[in-house]
Amino acid sequence: MNIIDIGFFAAAVRLAIPLLLGTLSELTSERSGTLNLGIEGMMLAGALAGFSTAAATGSLWLGVLAAIATGAAIGAIMAVLVLILRLDQTVTGLGVSMTATGLVFYSYRLAFTETGTPPSITPFSTIAIPYLSEIPFLGPVFFNQYALTYIAYLMVPALAFFLYRTPAGLALRSVGENPQAAAAAGVNPIRVRFLALLFAGALAGLAGAYLNLAAFGSFTFGIVAGRGWICLALVVLGRWNPFACAAAALLFGAVDAFQLRLQTSGSVDLPYQLFLALPYAATLVAMIFNGRRTAGPAALMQPYDAERR
Amino acid sequence: MRLVARTRKTSRVREAMLPVAAVLASLVICGLLILIAGANPISAFGIMVSAAFGGKFALTETLARSAPLILAGLAALVALRTRFWNIGGEGQILAGAMASAWIGALPNLPAPLLIPCMIVGAALAGAALAALPATLKLKLGVDEVVSTLMLNFIVMYVMMALLSGPWKDPLTGWTDSPDILPAAEFPTFWRGTRLHLGVLIAFGAVVVIGVMLSRTTFGLSMKIVGENPKAAKHAGLNVARVTLFAALVSGALAGLAGAGEVGGTQFQVIASISSGYGYAGIVVAMLARLSPAGVIPAALFLAALTTGADEMSRQTSVPFFIADAMQGISLIAVLVAMTLSRYEIKFDSFERASRS
Repeated sequence: MNIIDIGFFAAAVRLAIPLLLGTLSELTSERSGTLNLGIEGMMLAGALAGFSTAAATGSLWLGVLAAIATGAAIGAIMAVLVLILRLDQTVTGLGVSMTATGLVFYSYRLAFTETGTPPSITPFSTIAIPYLSEIPFLGPVFFNQYALTYIAYLMVPALAFFLYRTPAGLALRSVGENPQAAAAAGVNPIRVRFLALLFAGALAGLAGAYLNLAAFGSFTFGIVAGRGWICLALVVLGRWNPFACAAAALLFGAVDAFQLRLQTSGSVDLPYQLFLALPYAATLVAMIFNGRRTAGPAALMQPYDAERR
Repeated sequence: MRLVARTRKTSRVREAMLPVAAVLASLVICGLLILIAGANPISAFGIMVSAAFGGKFALTETLARSAPLILAGLAALVALRTRFWNIGGEGQILAGAMASAWIGALPNLPAPLLIPCMIVGAALAGAALAALPATLKLKLGVDEVVSTLMLNFIVMYVMMALLSGPWKDPLTGWTDSPDILPAAEFPTFWRGTRLHLGVLIAFGAVVVIGVMLSRTTFGLSMKIVGENPKAAKHAGLNVARVTLFAALVSGALAGLAGAGEVGGTQFQVIASISSGYGYAGIVVAMLARLSPAGVIPAALFLAALTTGADEMSRQTSVPFFIADAMQGISLIAVLVAMTLSRYEIKFDSFERASRS
C-alpha cells in the first residue's frame, strides 16, 4: 500500500477537523482569560451525547445539537466554578475533565452493557461540493467532506472576523489582556468570560460529536483519546490566532493520518507511538524557541475580582 | 451571585472539617449515581467498605494501593505549595517506573545494590523530568501548566514505543518490559500481604516531607515563595532556586511512586503501570488541603474507592467507572468547600457584581 496518496490527504483533513474545532474552542476561552483544561471532558461528553441521541432518535443532526448543548452545559458549570467561585483554573479544569470522563464512561456502561451489542448509527456521508470538488487534488481532499467539515471551515474566518473586527470580539480580547481596564471601559469581564466558556464548551461538544457521527461512526472509550489535550498544545503552536491554529490543526491531522497508515500497513517498521507524541513534542519545542512570546493573553489564568484593583 | 470575603477568621476545627464535608457531599452524589444504576446505595456502600477495609487482606490491599497515591499526592503538594503547577506527575511516575525496571533487570549489578539503585534511579529520573519544565519556566518564562502536561504525553508515547519495540518479548510478542531480577523485587514486610518496601517508602516520605516543610529553612522558604513570591524576593530569597528545588523534590517523589509499582507490584513495566496516579495525586493534595499529614487519609480514601468500586462492580449492576467520577467530584467538592470557608456567596444580579 502506498502510504501517501490522495486518500491520505483526505484522511488528514478528516482527522484535522476535531482538532480544529477543539482548538478554536480553547482559543476562544483562552483569549478571554480562561485556561480550559475541561476541554478533554467536554469533547468526550459531546461525543457520548451526540452518539446516544443519534442512536435513540435516528437523527444525526439532533445528535449534533445534543452534543453542542452538553458541551455548553459543562462550559457553564466550569464558568460558575472558575469565574464566580474563582477556583483555580488549572486544578478545576482537571477536575471537570476527570468528572466528565468518569460520568461518561459510567453512563455508557449503564446504557450499553458489556455483553450486549452497542447500537450502531449510520454516520454522515460525504457531500461533494459542485465545481469545487472537481479541482484536481484540492477538490477531493477538501471539498468532498462532511457537512460538519464545511461548517468547521467557515468557523475559522468567522471567529477571526469576530475577534478582530467586532466590538464584542474586542471586548473578549480585552478581558483576556486586562480585565480591570476593560471593566473601566464598561465591559463586564465576568459576563464576557462566561459567554466565552459557553461557546468554548459548545464547540468542544461539536468536536466530540464529529468524532463519532462523522469520522468513526461509533462510540468507544478511547474515542477522544487525548485530542482535547492536543488542542491545548495547538493553541500555543498557533499563537492564539485562528488561521495559524487552523494550519497547526491541519498539520497534526496529517500526522495522525500518517501514524494510522503506519499502523495498518505494517510494512514500514517505524514506531507509530512516536508520531503520536509529535504534537506534544512540537509544542514543547515551539515553547522553548519562542519563550515568553508564547505566554498567551496577559490575564490568562488570573481570576477577575471586581473588588480588587 | 458574587463572593464576599468573610470578615471573621474561620476556626481550625471548621477548617479541618472542610475536606470531610467535601467527601460527604461527593458520597451523596455517589449514592445518587448508584440509585441510577438500579442498586441500593446503602448495601452498595456496605460492599465498598467491607471490600476496602474488612479483614486483613482487604485492609492491606487498600494500604498497598494507597502507596503510589501518597507519593503522587506529596509530589503535587510540594509543587503546588511553591506555586509550581506541576501537572506532570503522571509522566514523572512513568519515568521512574521505566528507570527502575531498566535497573532492576541489569544482570551485572551486585544483587544487594539492585534495590537501592532502582530507588535512587527512579527518583533521579522523576526529578530530571521535572527539572526541564522548571528550568524552562525560570529561564524562558515558559508556562509550566502546558509544558508539564505535554511532557506527560511525550513520556507516555515513548514508553509505549519502548514496550512495543525494544522491550517487546520476542517470543510471545507481549508488550511488557522484561521482568526485573528476583533480587530486585521489593521485599514484603508482612508475609502473605502485598505490603512491600514501596509502601514503607511512601509512609516514610510523609514524615520526611512533613519535617522538611515545617522545620527546615528550605521548607519555610518554599512556603513563602508559594504564598507571596514578591515578598519572598524582597526578603532576599532566591525564588528561582527555591522553585527549582521544589520541582526536583516533586519529580523525585513521583518517580518513587513509579519505582514502587515496578519493584513491589508489577515487577515489570506494563502499559497501565500508572493508570492516572499522577492526576489522582493532585486530588490527594487538594483533599489534604496541602498538608503532608492529610495526604495519608486522602490517599486511603481514593485507594478505598478503587478497591471498593472493583468489588461493587462485581456484585452489583454499578459500573467500576463510578470510582473515576467520584475522584473528580471529590476534587471539585473540596475546592468549592475551601472557597466557601473563606468567602460568602451573596446573591445579586450580574450587573451589580461587576460594578460594585
